[in-house]
Amino acid sequence: MNEQTPAGNFDEMDSVCIRFAGDSGDGMQLTGTQFSVVTALEGSDLSTFPDFPAEIRAPVGTTFGVSAFQINFGSVEVSTAGDEPDVLVAMNPAALKVSLAGLKEGGIIILDEGAFNKRNLDKAGYDSNPLEDNTLDGYQVQKLDITKMTLESVKEFGLGKKDALRSKNMWTLGLVLWMFGRDRKPITDWLEQKFKKIPDVAKANIAAVNAGHAYGETVEVSGELRRYSIGKHEVEEAGEYRTVNGNQALAWGLVAGSQLGDISLMLGSYPITPASTLLHTLSGLKEFGVMTFQAEDEIAAICGAIGASFAGNLGVTSSSGPGIALKTEAIGLAISTELPLIVVDVQRAGPSTGLPTKTEQSDLFQAVWGRNGDSSIVVLATSNPQDCFDVGIEAVRIATKYMTPVMVLSDGYIGNASEPWKLPDINKLEKFPVKHHTDTEDFHPFKRDPETLARPWVKPGTPGLLHRIGGIEKDYDSGHISYDPKNHQLMTDTRAEKIANIANDMPEQSVSLGTEGGKLAVVGWGSTRGAIHQAVKRARAENIDVSHIHIGNIWPLPRNLERLLKSYDKVIVAEMNKGQMNKLLRAEYLLDAYSLTKVTGQPFKITEILDCIREQAGDAS
Amino acid sequence: MNEQTDVKKLTFKDFETDQEVRWCPGCGDYAILKSVQMTLANIGATPENTVFVSGIGCSSRFPYYVETYGFHTIHGRAPAVATGVKLANPDLDVWLVTGDGDGLSIGGNHMLHVLRRNVDMQIMLFNNEIYGLTKGQYSPTSKPGSKTPSTPMGSVDLPLSPCSFALGAGARFVARGIDTALKALPITLERAKDHKGASFVEIFQNCIVFNDGTFDQFTQKKTAANSQIHAVHGERMIFGKEKDKGLVFNLEKFALEIVTIGENGVKEDDILVHDETNKMMAHMLVELTAPDFPVVCGVIYCNPEESYNDAVHNQMNAAKSAKKADFNALIRQGRTWIVD
Repeated sequence: MNEQTPAGNFDEMDSVCIRFAGDSGDGMQLTGTQFSVVTALEGSDLSTFPDFPAEIRAPVGTTFGVSAFQINFGSVEVSTAGDEPDVLVAMNPAALKVSLAGLKEGGIIILDEGAFNKRNLDKAGYDSNPLEDNTLDGYQVQKLDITKMTLESVKEFGLGKKDALRSKNMWTLGLVLWMFGRDRKPITDWLEQKFKKIPDVAKANIAAVNAGHAYGETVEVSGELRRYSIGKHEVEEAGEYRTVNGNQALAWGLVAGSQLGDISLMLGSYPITPASTLLHTLSGLKEFGVMTFQAEDEIAAICGAIGASFAGNLGVTSSSGPGIALKTEAIGLAISTELPLIVVDVQRAGPSTGLPTKTEQSDLFQAVWGRNGDSSIVVLATSNPQDCFDVGIEAVRIATKYMTPVMVLSDGYIGNASEPWKLPDINKLEKFPVKHHTDTEDFHPFKRDPETLARPWVKPGTPGLLHRIGGIEKDYDSGHISYDPKNHQLMTDTRAEKIANIANDMPEQSVSLGTEGGKLAVVGWGSTRGAIHQAVKRARAENIDVSHIHIGNIWPLPRNLERLLKSYDKVIVAEMNKGQMNKLLRAEYLLDAYSLTKVTGQPFKITEILDCIREQAGDAS
Repeated sequence: MNEQTDVKKLTFKDFETDQEVRWCPGCGDYAILKSVQMTLANIGATPENTVFVSGIGCSSRFPYYVETYGFHTIHGRAPAVATGVKLANPDLDVWLVTGDGDGLSIGGNHMLHVLRRNVDMQIMLFNNEIYGLTKGQYSPTSKPGSKTPSTPMGSVDLPLSPCSFALGAGARFVARGIDTALKALPITLERAKDHKGASFVEIFQNCIVFNDGTFDQFTQKKTAANSQIHAVHGERMIFGKEKDKGLVFNLEKFALEIVTIGENGVKEDDILVHDETNKMMAHMLVELTAPDFPVVCGVIYCNPEESYNDAVHNQMNAAKSAKKADFNALIRQGRTWIVD
C-alpha cells in the first residue's frame, strides 16, 4: 500500500481526540479498536474509552442504543481518553444527539447524511433535521452519504444490502485513516485474517476501507476536508510495545504471578459485565496450568476457588460489584480459614444492577469493610491498563505469602480501555516460589510464621499433616474449634495484625507528580489517575503549588501515607463515588480533606479536576 | 503416621479423631459416622488422600470426627467447595456431607449443579426432615402440616423427594440408606465410592430431639421387612416378612404395584427384576413412599458417564500437549512495535 508520508498539506497537531459513535450494531467498537491499533503502531501515545450500552442490540436508531468509542492520541503524553472530542464521527441522528454536547467548540463532525431520514430523526427525538436547522452552527460539518458510497464500493461482491451496509464502518475508518495519514495495511491484513473463510466479505470490507480513503483524496483537492499530522510520541523507554486493555493485562498479570510463584491458578467465575473478559482470557490459557470453572453462580464461583486453594492451588474469582456482594460470605470463610484467594472486582456503577457498562469506584467500602465480623483483607487498586499487569503479580505474591484473600479493584473504564504497554520479560521479574508445608514436626494448622503471621499451607495428600479447618473460630495454640472468649479476642487481633503488617512489605506511598509537602495535593486511586495527572500537570504549569498522590495499596494503607498527606496545607480527594476514600482517610488519619466526586458513569474530565484545583488553591493561599 | 512402616490394615478406629463428638445423645449421626469409618477401613482408604467437605448444620460437623483432611465450609456451599478441591487435585477422594436444609434448601442450586456436572465425589445427604441446629424449624423435606416453631399451625408447602431431585438433576448414581443400618449402609457407601462421578446417597437420619420417629414407619425392626425393599441389581424386588410380596409393573396404570406371590396366580418369575441402569425404573422406585408402598433402599440407579473432573483435566492435558507455555511469546502475540 502506497502511503505518502505527511507532507505540506497536513496541519500539525500535538494530540487529537476522536469519538466514533453509531448504533450498537454499527461496529463502532471494532472501528475504534482497529484505529487504535494503527495509531499505536505508528508510535502515538494513546488512551481509549469504549462507551457502550448494556443492551446487546438495542432498537436500531434509538439514543439509548448508541455505542461510542473515544480515542485520544498524540505526540505528547496522553493519559486520558480526552475531555472533549475534536472530531465526532456520527453514523446516525441518535449518535449525533448523544455525542454533540461533549464535542469541542468548533470541532469537526463527519456524519452519514444517508442515515438522516425521517424515521431515524424521529427515533432520535429530533423535531427538525439538525442538518437543516442551526443545531450544528459553529462546527465544521462534513455531510457525506456514507450509506450510498459504501453500497457502491462493495457492489461488485454481490452481497445483500444488509450485509453490504455492514461495511459502513470500514468506509468510515478508511476516511479517518486518510485524515490522519495513517497506514491502511494493518487494517487490510487484519480483515484478510478475520474473514479468511469468507473471502468475499474480506474483499468487500477492504474495498470499503479503500473507498473511504480514496474519497478523502478526491475531496482533498476541493479543500473541504483537511488532513492532520500527529507526530510520534517520544517515549523514554526503548523496548517492544503493544496495546493492552485492563482486563487482558490483569489476566496476564495473574498468569505471570502464577509462573513467578510456581503455583497453579484456578479461576472460578460467573459471567458479569464488565469482568467477563477475564474469564474468557484465562479460559484460553490452559497450557499455563490455568484451570477455569464457569460456576452456576457467583457464590459457587468463589467457593470453587476456595476449594482449589484448600487443595493447594491458588483460587481466583472475578466479578463486578453485585457479584462481589454475593461472594461476601465466602470471602469471610477464606479470611477465617486463612487461605490464599484473589478476588477481582471490575467495578461498575451501582447500586444493584446500576449501570452495568458504565464505570464507577463505589465498591471501595465493600472491598475494605463489607463483611460480617472484623474481617480485614488486602485491597489493591489498579490505576490503568498496564498497571493491571503489575497488580496481578503483586496480588499473587501477597495472597500466597500471607495466606489471605486479596481484593483487586479495577473498574469498567480500565477494564475496557487500551493503552500502549512496554512488554516485560518474565525472565527478569522477581520469582517468589510458593512452598507448601510438609514438615510434620510440631504441626498444627494455625501455627503461624513468627514474621508474616501466616499459617502453614498444607496440601491435602501430604502424609502426617491431617487436619480439619472451617469457619468456626480456631484455638490459637491447637487450631481446633474454640469458643473461648479470650481466644477469639486473640485470633481477631492476630488476623488484623497480620494484614496491617503487610504494609511493611509494600512500597511507601510516592508522589506521582510534584513535591512532598506544599500547599495542595490531589489524592486519587484507581482509574482517575490519568485525569488527575493531566490536571495537576496543567495547574503546575499555571504555577499552582499542587502535587498528585495516587494510592494503589488501599488496605493496608501505605505506612508513610499519613505523614505524607499531612505535609500539605490542603488535600483534595477526587474519586468516582460519593466520597468513600475521603471518608476512609478521615477515619484513619482524621484528615480534613475536600471531597471531589462524580457519579455519572463517565470518567473525570481533566478540566473538572483542574477547576477544583484552581478553586481550592485560591482558598488555600 | 508414617507411610513406609504403616503396612497394617487400618480399622474403623484409625478414622476416629481426638475431637469430642458433639451431637445429641441418641442422634442418628453417630451410627452414620460409624458406618462411614467402617467403610473407609473396608475400602482401604488412605487418610491423607481423603477429604471430607461439609456445609453448615448438624451433619456438617462430620469432618471434625473423621481422621482425614476436612473442610467445614459455609451453609449450602459445600458442593462448590468440594468441586474446587476435586478439580485442583483429582487424586483426592472427596466425600461431601450435607443435610436436607444445607443441601436442598440454601444449597439446592449447588446440589443441582454438582450432580449435573458429575463431579467425582460421594455425596451423603442426611435427611432428618427438620432443621436441627437452629432448633426445629421445618425443612424442605418435612411432611406437610409439620408443626414447628416457625409453623405453629403446620407447614403448608409441599416437600421434595431428595432422590427424585437428584435423578432430575442428572445424577448418575442414586442410592438410599438408613442411619442405623450398620450392615447395609457401608455396602451402599462402598458402591458410591466405586462409582466414578457424583454419587448421591440419601440417608434417613433420625433427629431424636426435634423430629423423633419420623421414619419409624419403615425403619423400625418390626415393620422394616414389610415396608422396605433393598434393591440389588439383577435381583427380583421381593419384600415382606414371608418374602411373598413383590413389585410388578402394571402397564395399564403405567405404575408399579404390590402383588403377593401365590395369590391370583402370581409367580415369583412375575416380579420385577431390579435394573440399576434403567432411569425410568429409578424414577418410579424413588417415588414409592410408606405406608402404601415399601421404601426402596440400596443402589437405585447407577449408570456411569465421564466425570467432570476427568473431562476438565483431559482438556488441560490436550492444551498442554498442543501448545508450549511460553509467557513472553503469549504477550507478544498480535501486533507489537519497537521503540529504539
